[in-house]
Amino acid sequence: MNATSTPNLDELLASAQTDIAAAAEPRAIEALRVDLLGRRGRVTDLLKSLGGMPHEQRKAFGEQVNKVKEQLSAQLEARARAIADAELDRRLASETIDVTLPGRGEPAGALHPMSRSIRRIEQIFNAMGFESVQGPEIEDDWHNFQALNIPESHPARAMQDTFYALNGARLLRTHTSPVQIRTMLERKPPIRIICPGRVYRVDFDRTHSPMFHQVEGLYVAENVGLADLKHDLQKFLSLFFEREVEALFRPSYFPFVEPGADVHIRWGDPEKGTRWLEVLGCGVIHPNVLAAVGIDPERYTGYAFGMGVERLTMLRYGVDDLRLFFNNDLRFLEQFK
Amino acid sequence: MKLSENWLREWVNPPATATELAHKLNMAGLEAEAEPMLAVLPQGIVVGKIVSATPHPQADRLRVCEVDAGTGEILQIVCGAANARPGILIPAALPGAVLPNGTQIGKAALRGVESSGMLCSASELGLAEKSEGLLELDPGAKPGTPIEKHLGLVDNSIVLELTPNRGDALSILGLARETAALYGIQMTAPRVKPAVVEPETRISVVVEDMAGCPHYVGRVVEGLNAAARTPDWMSERLRRSGFRTIHPVVDITNYVLLELGQPMHGFDAAQLKGAIRVRRAKAGEQLKLLNEQTISLDPRDLLITDDSGPLVLAGVMGGEASGCSTTTTSIFLEAACFEPVSIATSGRRHKLLSDSRYRFERGVDPALQRQALERATALVQEICGGKAGPIVEVGTAPAYVAEIGLRHSQVNRLLGCEIPAARIAPLLQSLGMSVNPTGASSWQVKVPPHRYDLRIEADLVEEIGRLHGYDNIAPRAYAAELAPFSPKETTRALDRVKDALVARGYQEVVTYSFVDPKIQAQLDPETPGVALDNPIAETMSVMRTTIWSGLIPTWQYNRQRQQKRARLFEAGAVYALEGEANREQAKLAGLIAGPALPEQWGAAARPVDFFDAKADLEALFGTSLRYEAGQHPALHPGRTARIVRDGVAVGWLGALHPKLADALDIPEALYLFELDWAAVRDIALPVPVGVSEFPSSRRDLAFVVDEAVAAGAIAEVIRDAAGPLLKSLQTFDVYRGTGLPAGRKSIAFGLIFQDYSRTLNVEEVDAAAHSVAASVHARLGGLVRD
Repeated sequence: MNATSTPNLDELLASAQTDIAAAAEPRAIEALRVDLLGRRGRVTDLLKSLGGMPHEQRKAFGEQVNKVKEQLSAQLEARARAIADAELDRRLASETIDVTLPGRGEPAGALHPMSRSIRRIEQIFNAMGFESVQGPEIEDDWHNFQALNIPESHPARAMQDTFYALNGARLLRTHTSPVQIRTMLERKPPIRIICPGRVYRVDFDRTHSPMFHQVEGLYVAENVGLADLKHDLQKFLSLFFEREVEALFRPSYFPFVEPGADVHIRWGDPEKGTRWLEVLGCGVIHPNVLAAVGIDPERYTGYAFGMGVERLTMLRYGVDDLRLFFNNDLRFLEQFK
Repeated sequence: MKLSENWLREWVNPPATATELAHKLNMAGLEAEAEPMLAVLPQGIVVGKIVSATPHPQADRLRVCEVDAGTGEILQIVCGAANARPGILIPAALPGAVLPNGTQIGKAALRGVESSGMLCSASELGLAEKSEGLLELDPGAKPGTPIEKHLGLVDNSIVLELTPNRGDALSILGLARETAALYGIQMTAPRVKPAVVEPETRISVVVEDMAGCPHYVGRVVEGLNAAARTPDWMSERLRRSGFRTIHPVVDITNYVLLELGQPMHGFDAAQLKGAIRVRRAKAGEQLKLLNEQTISLDPRDLLITDDSGPLVLAGVMGGEASGCSTTTTSIFLEAACFEPVSIATSGRRHKLLSDSRYRFERGVDPALQRQALERATALVQEICGGKAGPIVEVGTAPAYVAEIGLRHSQVNRLLGCEIPAARIAPLLQSLGMSVNPTGASSWQVKVPPHRYDLRIEADLVEEIGRLHGYDNIAPRAYAAELAPFSPKETTRALDRVKDALVARGYQEVVTYSFVDPKIQAQLDPETPGVALDNPIAETMSVMRTTIWSGLIPTWQYNRQRQQKRARLFEAGAVYALEGEANREQAKLAGLIAGPALPEQWGAAARPVDFFDAKADLEALFGTSLRYEAGQHPALHPGRTARIVRDGVAVGWLGALHPKLADALDIPEALYLFELDWAAVRDIALPVPVGVSEFPSSRRDLAFVVDEAVAAGAIAEVIRDAAGPLLKSLQTFDVYRGTGLPAGRKSIAFGLIFQDYSRTLNVEEVDAAAHSVAASVHARLGGLVRD
């Protein structure tokens, strides 16, 4: 090999650059790298030939070769990267999916609006220290009526017609109050409970369902009065509706409380006119009820309240037909996701 | 009940509008609403007198009337009413008049005869929904008087919806008394002078049941004008409270009922035989009532009788025979007080509703009877004339009905606020109570007879709270200490299970607890259900013994509404009859039907199967439940799992039996599950162990076994034989077909071995795998498939 041929070096550089630019695959680049810069590559050979050169030429030529080597090395690398990038671009393009297609599998269902409301009511009262308690739905007369100061033939029984079973020996509870009775029989004051659940009355039309849901609450301690009830229910209503609810406590009559009250809330668009809607019944527990469960009414007092879950749910979500809750039409229910 | 505001104001005149008064009553616990008596008043209608009425020359049913409407000239008006006749006074709409329904009245020609206005019926004036003929007015009415003035139509109705304890307020008197107390003003009752007793005619009265009838007064009034007519002012007031005008005596007793709250009865004295006797019914007695219904009396029914037998079902409804008629000239007026429970139960027993029952079952002032009798006597004499006999009285009117001790401390305790002691006596006195101090802060309170609902101290506290105003009791924040509580960690929260089901695509439903016995008998023939004595419908007549009785109809309902698939669940009670008693159990049940997934591009469509439902249960309850092949009447015999926990059956999972699916017309795949909630609710606290840092080894073994051999049985043998080094076991393939004899299948398991403290060597893993293969062969006849 002619060690002095600088033009050879230029030619080599030029032809190698042409080859590199033409290389289209990583394999071609690798082949060029071996051919040029490998152990027996053409540039490597030139470097090897330096040994046979006169000292003064060697230095200058050596520098030139090294420069070419670096240049080619960099160009090979750049070309390799460009090829890899192009390769990746092709792959990415080929792997593109339509992200607007729906996801695969099962979408979530929903809770029934009754469960949804009862859960919210429970959460609020649980936070206020009321424990949720359950009880039987098929009851006897004593727990459903007598212990609640509703004796046989009391006018209150005209207000609620009852489903009976086993020839009158049993009845479907007309309120969840029997759970309060059972709890007071089992526990000692202070007692703070709520009783959510199904209740039954013989009434079936657009605005009445023979089965519906109530949450009743009870608080018995040494000095519980109407003022405590007002506070706790006012708090509840504001939390349930998530706004400051204007509530009105009106004297009312339920045999198991005295003094008794019903609670009305202001409802409607203030621009279009509002009205008072009854949402709760409540009162200070009648001493006969405490006596019936063996709690000394002279020592303890308490309050009790009851609310219809359907009613609150209808108000909360603007549902105007009670039957929607019990038809279980999926097209209605799945809106409560 | 509706009462006229004008009538009330004759008794008490508060400085408030009707709406304000209604609000005040509401806030005192008497639910009231004020509404205009007539939404639109008639205009241009006056009292007119028909001077003559002659047949219309062109129309049989029309009459041409000459009418004096006080205008100074006689008007000719054509009229189609059957009762149009000379001499009667009627409302006449003059040309230019506007009826409440908006009709304009003008001059017109009817079949060629000129008509200057229109003669009106009650409905045309807006006084009734329907009416027949012209509204006939008092014979003494003055032609030309505007009708709204003559009938006092500018009035409001106070609509009362009272709680059952406040029977005392179901009258003008009661409402006036309450209004006076609320406004701190005086009530002025109309003065009624006791009638002058002229004849000594009397009918004797015997009360056999003084507990049922503690007070009875009555008297004869004779010499009545049989042709007397109830005056317009009275029929108008009755009409406004929903009473029709029937007969002057009946109208008067109804009027007294509205005015004073005392139900009364007027007998035609000529029909009575012997003494009046108040007694319980005898077996076999019957009574034909005013409504023409004949009832068989029960020995518990209280009756008013005479020598001929039952006259009245006491406090509920009168009999037909002894009532007043157009020939009645002598009456026996009765005012009694009956015990509420007896009246309520009689009324309920015979399914009879009446205004009398409505009041008696709520209670009637036991001291009111004499006042009511005198009032009725005065009205009878005013309207029908006649002479009053002496009052016959049995029992006495109490001066007060209860004496109650009241402590200031208890007032403040039950209300939760501070009512000054000095305010208490005046508040109670305003309600007619007499209040005597028995100490510095206690009183003895005598309750007047009309407040028979007040019995105990708490009742008085409510009265004080009511008059003080519940509005004025400040809310008191959390007077008691907090008692925090938390659910047990070892009890599964139902809410979390529900959320998990929802996350897995289930929709919660709430179905009725009473179901169709036909469907239930098909689904659960072996469990007797609790039948209702008084169901609303046959399809809602028995309590469910399985939630499936509600889930399946819910699916039917939805599939009839074009739903293709469903994943439903419900948590609730089921009720079984056990001997003479009933048992209630909480259950969690589900139904899946139709395609396994909603229609979508990314997954092949297939119907749901057993393992979809099982996967859901496994996701919820992990490995705590075992699934064994079982038999259930509602389920496919080859696709049913009895679910077992710790050896106890806790539920079912399976396909709806094809026979039932046919019967219920459900063609698509449908799987059901139901778990006894109490049996799956308790869970253990996790007891975690450390994880091994040493590599695991896997061996795959496929066994060829008889179809009858369950995968679960093989897995059990594998676990048994593999020993403690087996860390996990996967069932990764089930194969039938080519290469296998008929009636056999291959099930492939992946066994993963690992030790906590060292790397296992090949020999011991192989040895364990061999031991597994040998056991499966020995115990189940399974051969390892190469």
